[in-house]
Amino acid sequence: MAMDTTTDSRDKQQTLLGADELVLNMGPQHPSTHGVLRVKLKLDGERVIGSECMIGYLHRGVEKIAEHRTYQQFAPYVDRMDYVAAVSNGLGYCEAIEKLLMVEAPPRAKVIRTILTELQRIASHLLWLGTHALDIGALTPLFYCFREREEILKIFEKYCGARLTTHAFRIGGLQYDAYDTLEKDVERFCKAFEPRIKDYEDLLTQNRIWLGRTKGVGILTAADAIALGATGPVLRASGVKWDIRKAMPYAAYDQYKFEIPVGSTGDTYDRYMVRMEEMRQSRLICLQAIENIPTGPILAKVGKVLKPPPGEVYHAIEAPKGELGYYVISDGTVQPYRVRIRPPSFVNLQAFDKMARGHLVADVVAIIGTLDIVLGEVDR
Amino acid sequence: MADEPKEKQPSPVPAGDKPASSPAAIPPPKPAAAAPTGVTPPRPAVPVPPKPPVQLQTPLNNELVGRIRAKFGPVLVEAIEDRKQAILTVECGKLAEVAQYLRDEEKFDLLSDLTAVDWPKREKRLDVVLNLYSFAKNERLRVKARAADGEQVPSVAGVWPTANWLEREAFDMFGIVFTGHPNLTRILLPDEWQGYPLRKDYDIIEQDTSWVKDNLGIESGQ
Repeated sequence: MAMDTTTDSRDKQQTLLGADELVLNMGPQHPSTHGVLRVKLKLDGERVIGSECMIGYLHRGVEKIAEHRTYQQFAPYVDRMDYVAAVSNGLGYCEAIEKLLMVEAPPRAKVIRTILTELQRIASHLLWLGTHALDIGALTPLFYCFREREEILKIFEKYCGARLTTHAFRIGGLQYDAYDTLEKDVERFCKAFEPRIKDYEDLLTQNRIWLGRTKGVGILTAADAIALGATGPVLRASGVKWDIRKAMPYAAYDQYKFEIPVGSTGDTYDRYMVRMEEMRQSRLICLQAIENIPTGPILAKVGKVLKPPPGEVYHAIEAPKGELGYYVISDGTVQPYRVRIRPPSFVNLQAFDKMARGHLVADVVAIIGTLDIVLGEVDR
Repeated sequence: MADEPKEKQPSPVPAGDKPASSPAAIPPPKPAAAAPTGVTPPRPAVPVPPKPPVQLQTPLNNELVGRIRAKFGPVLVEAIEDRKQAILTVECGKLAEVAQYLRDEEKFDLLSDLTAVDWPKREKRLDVVLNLYSFAKNERLRVKARAADGEQVPSVAGVWPTANWLEREAFDMFGIVFTGHPNLTRILLPDEWQGYPLRKDYDIIEQDTSWVKDNLGIESGQ
C-alpha cells in the first residue's frame, strides 16, 4: 500500500487535526475490493474526506468484440461480464436480440429461463452475502453460503454442463430442454433453502457487531440514489420500490406473485435486509414456476443465420445487481453494428464516493461490499 | 479472425430456413454475373424481392413529442419509433437544455444509460445516445444528439450526476468532448492511450500488428 502526503496545494484542506490530509491507495490487489478495484482515499486521520475509484484493470473491450462477431457468437462473451450471474447476463442479451428480431421465445422456454435466472439471483446474492460478511469479520456465513450456492451450480451443471459461465440460453429460446429431474431438484433446493436463510439471519441480523458495522454506514438517500443512477437492491434499500421484473415484465415474471422488498434509510443494513428478502422471493418464484412448466417447443423459429432488420433496441432486465441493459443496433448484417451494455455494477459504483465520505477506513470495506460490484462487469 | 466480411448478400429474408443459402453457396453467382459472357446465369435471387424491408422506423407523434416541439421547436430534429421504443433526436448544442426539461417537467428522473455510436460515413459522425426512464410514467425514452468529430457536446452531468462516469466512458471510447463536465478524463483505459477504440476506424488487428512491431520488433502472427 502506497502512502504519501499530498503536496498539491489544490488538495490541501483544513482538516480536523490541522494536519495535511493523507492519500491512501487501496487496491487494485486487495482482498476486500472484490477483484481489481483501486480506490484512492483522501483521509483526515482515519476519516474519509474524499475518494476516487480507478477502474479499467479488467477492461477487455467486450463492446468492440461484439462488432466483430455474429449475434450468436457474441452470446458467450456476455457471461464473462458479471461472471457470478452469467445466466442473467445471457437472458438480457438473448431477449434484446429477440426484440431486435421481433420474435418471442416460446412459453416453455420463458418459464425455464425464469427458473434458472431466479436460481442465479439466489446464487449471486449468496456469494455477496458470504464475501460481504467475511469482509466485515463474520467468517461463518461464507461457508454456509457456498454450501447452498454449490447446490444451485449443480443444477446448472446438470442443465447445461457448465457451472459459472453457463451460456444457458439461446437467441429465440433454449438449446437444451429441461432435464428430467429439474423440477425435483429445484423443489428440493427450495425446500432446504428456507431454513438456511434463517440460519444466516440468526448469525447476522441481530448480531451486535453486524449491527454496529452496518447500521448507519454508507447511507444513500432515495434522491441521491436516483440522481446517481443506482438500481437494483441499492436503489430499493433507499426506499424506491422499483423492480424491472414488475415495472416492465420480461421472461415469465408477469405470471408469478412476488413482493419487492424495500428499505427505509438506505444504509448498509437495509441493503442487507433487502437482499435477504429478495432471496426468499426468488425462492417463491422458483416454487411457483416449477408447479406448471408448459409443454411445447423450446426454441422459436429463428434462422441459423441471424440478420435482424436494421434498427435498434434497448432492453433491460433486473439482474441481481440492478438494471442490466443492452442497447443493440443492427445494420441488417450478421454482425451487430453496435452493442452497448449498461452494467449495473459500473453505475452503482459511482455512488461509492457519496456513501464513503465521512466514514472510517474500515467502513470503506463494508461499503464496497454492500454495493455488490463485480469488476468483470464494471470494466467489461 | 475468421469472420466473414459484412457484404450485402441478395439472400431472401429468412435466410436461415433454407439450407441452400449457406455462405458457401452464395459466392458462385457473383463472379458469373460479373463476367461478360452471354450465358446469362439464372439469378433466382432477383425475383424474390419482398426485401424492401418493412419500415420499422415510423414517425412518432404523441403528446410528449407535441409538448417538446411546442417548447423547443426546431431543436427537435426528429421523433421516431422503432420497435415500439420512442427515439428523439435533438440538436446537439441544446442537449443539456432539453435534458433539464425532460427531467424537471417530464419526470424522466433516471438516466439509465448514456453512450455513443459512430457512423463514420455521416457528416456528423457521432451519436450521443441517452436512455431515460421515468418512474412516474413507467416509460423509457431515448434521446440522441448528432455531433461532428471534435464538436463539443454539452454535458448532462449537471442534470443527472450519473452522466459523470458515463460521459467519461463515451469520451474514453469515442473521443466525444463534453463541455461542462467536472472531470473529463479516460476512465477504463490508461490515460496515455492513443485513439478511441469504439470508433469504427479503430481496427483491432492493426493495433496488434503495430504494437508487436513497435515493441517487439517482429511481425505479428495475427
